Amino acid sequence: MVHTKQQKISNAFIFVLLCIGAIVMIAPLLWMVSTSFKDRQDVFALPPNWIPAVFHFNKYQEIWTAGPLLSGIINSLIVALTVTIIGTITSSLAAFAFAKLRFPYKNQIFLLLLSSMMIPYPAVMISQFIMFSEWGWVDTLLPLIVPGLFGNIIMIFFLRQYLYSIPNAIIEAAKIDGTSYFGIYARIIFPLIKPAIAAQLILWFMGIWNDYLPPILYLNSPEIQTLQIVIANFNANYAIQSDYPLIMAASVVSLLPILIIFLIFQRQIIESVAISGVKG
Amino acid sequence: MKTKSNLYRKEKYFGYLFILPPVVGFLLFTLYPALYSVYGSFTDWNGLGQMNFIGLDNFKDILTDDFFYKSMFNTLFLMIGIPIGLVISLLLALGLNRKIPGTTTFRVIYYVPVISSLAAISILWQWAYNGDYGLVNQFLDLFGIKGPNWLANTATVKPALIIMTIWKGLGYSMLLYLAALQSVSRSYYEAAELDGASGFKMFRHITWPMVKPVTFFLVVTNIIGGSQIFTEINIMTPTGGPEFSSATIVFYIWQKAFDNLQMGYASAMAVILGLFIFIITLVQFKMNERSSFDVD
Repeated sequence: MVHTKQQKISNAFIFVLLCIGAIVMIAPLLWMVSTSFKDRQDVFALPPNWIPAVFHFNKYQEIWTAGPLLSGIINSLIVALTVTIIGTITSSLAAFAFAKLRFPYKNQIFLLLLSSMMIPYPAVMISQFIMFSEWGWVDTLLPLIVPGLFGNIIMIFFLRQYLYSIPNAIIEAAKIDGTSYFGIYARIIFPLIKPAIAAQLILWFMGIWNDYLPPILYLNSPEIQTLQIVIANFNANYAIQSDYPLIMAASVVSLLPILIIFLIFQRQIIESVAISGVKG
Repeated sequence: MKTKSNLYRKEKYFGYLFILPPVVGFLLFTLYPALYSVYGSFTDWNGLGQMNFIGLDNFKDILTDDFFYKSMFNTLFLMIGIPIGLVISLLLALGLNRKIPGTTTFRVIYYVPVISSLAAISILWQWAYNGDYGLVNQFLDLFGIKGPNWLANTATVKPALIIMTIWKGLGYSMLLYLAALQSVSRSYYEAAELDGASGFKMFRHITWPMVKPVTFFLVVTNIIGGSQIFTEINIMTPTGGPEFSSATIVFYIWQKAFDNLQMGYASAMAVILGLFIFIITLVQFKMNERSSFDVD
């Protein structure tokens, strides 16, 4: 009895601490939203108003003409969707081959691909930039799209692990029935690993959506910039005029799609991230 | 027998066909540029004219480059946040591992900064660190503390970045710790409790061994990520901060390569960074092998 009472008290104490922590975590984001609804005088009010006296929605109209926000969203969607959809097909085909097909030097080739994880982007970015500029790809979306179409080693790695849990007998049976290898992939493998593919695809999509370094390297013209570059330029251009509500409104809009995806797929995202960490 | 060997040969061809895209992608977009960077590091490459071989001159120049040392020092200094973040996230995970209401909600809230784009987060924190009207100083004002203009001050710009990085990464490490903690069977703790073990002893002998591999994984991935910090610096302090005091090594590489067009020199620094990360990753692989033997 004493023991459980003590435990209850300590649990209540921990609950309060976690609540304070949660407030600290969420406060900057709430403040961002609150700023986006203020007018300029409100921003500089001391002491600050957490809830604006009057909600001004006009910044959410202004952002669409103050910078190429809409084209930024479209460009980010083009890059992220093309890469994740085609890249997922190439990655899962490769994972299927690495996990289930027999051919010489399979494991050596896999290790070679895995070694690319040891080469950081800054180490290849200069040569890649020169290569793509010789191909005339600078200021187009191609440098952001094309490399991803060839697949993603992290995705191959996890799908390969996942595929090991599927018995070989299913594949052997299909082979005897005369199903082609593409058929085995499309009709047997793909449906079986769909949940794993979905989780990896969402994580990859969010990664590309949030990407900053390659886009800022390649995209100069405003109409070709991805969303992250557009909002960074909002910040660079409007901070001088201290138009923080405008900057925050654009940033909120840039965060919303990912937040919505996260809230919908929260369980799957958190699960697959947790697995990736535990398996190292 | 003949049909079987035919089927096998077909399997081989399809195997190679299926792995062809990632292999070509690796050769073309990773290996070739990486080797070219190594070659470029021995030249006076400027991205436009001819590349002349100059031996180790770039590396010799780096050794006497104050900006290189400064950006290297800054990069390492910012890593102070790694152990602090790990301690806090382990404590959070220990808290969430208890029977407490709302654990899912907590998990989601703590994870929101992780999924948010670094660009938006950097913009937000730059505003939060504003000397006069920023959220941080308004908070400090509640306690009667007059906060500095965080990002414009050599003494405060690095701590400011560290705080932001911890805030952004907390949810991720917490999640991995929580997953590790949940894999510990409760019966261990019950048995230890019956033996009269103290809370600290239980942590040291049951919890810590279970979270050690995750800690190691997080330390390594954080070092790899931390050595490549760029976005925050590029957005929050576009010039590298007061007296270059927030410039990281990738920021400096970027500046040398694309502002000064000293591609050879920048490549030499990139090679040094690449080697550093290569070694760290190798250590991780080795340690992983060892720890998996432990578990078996």
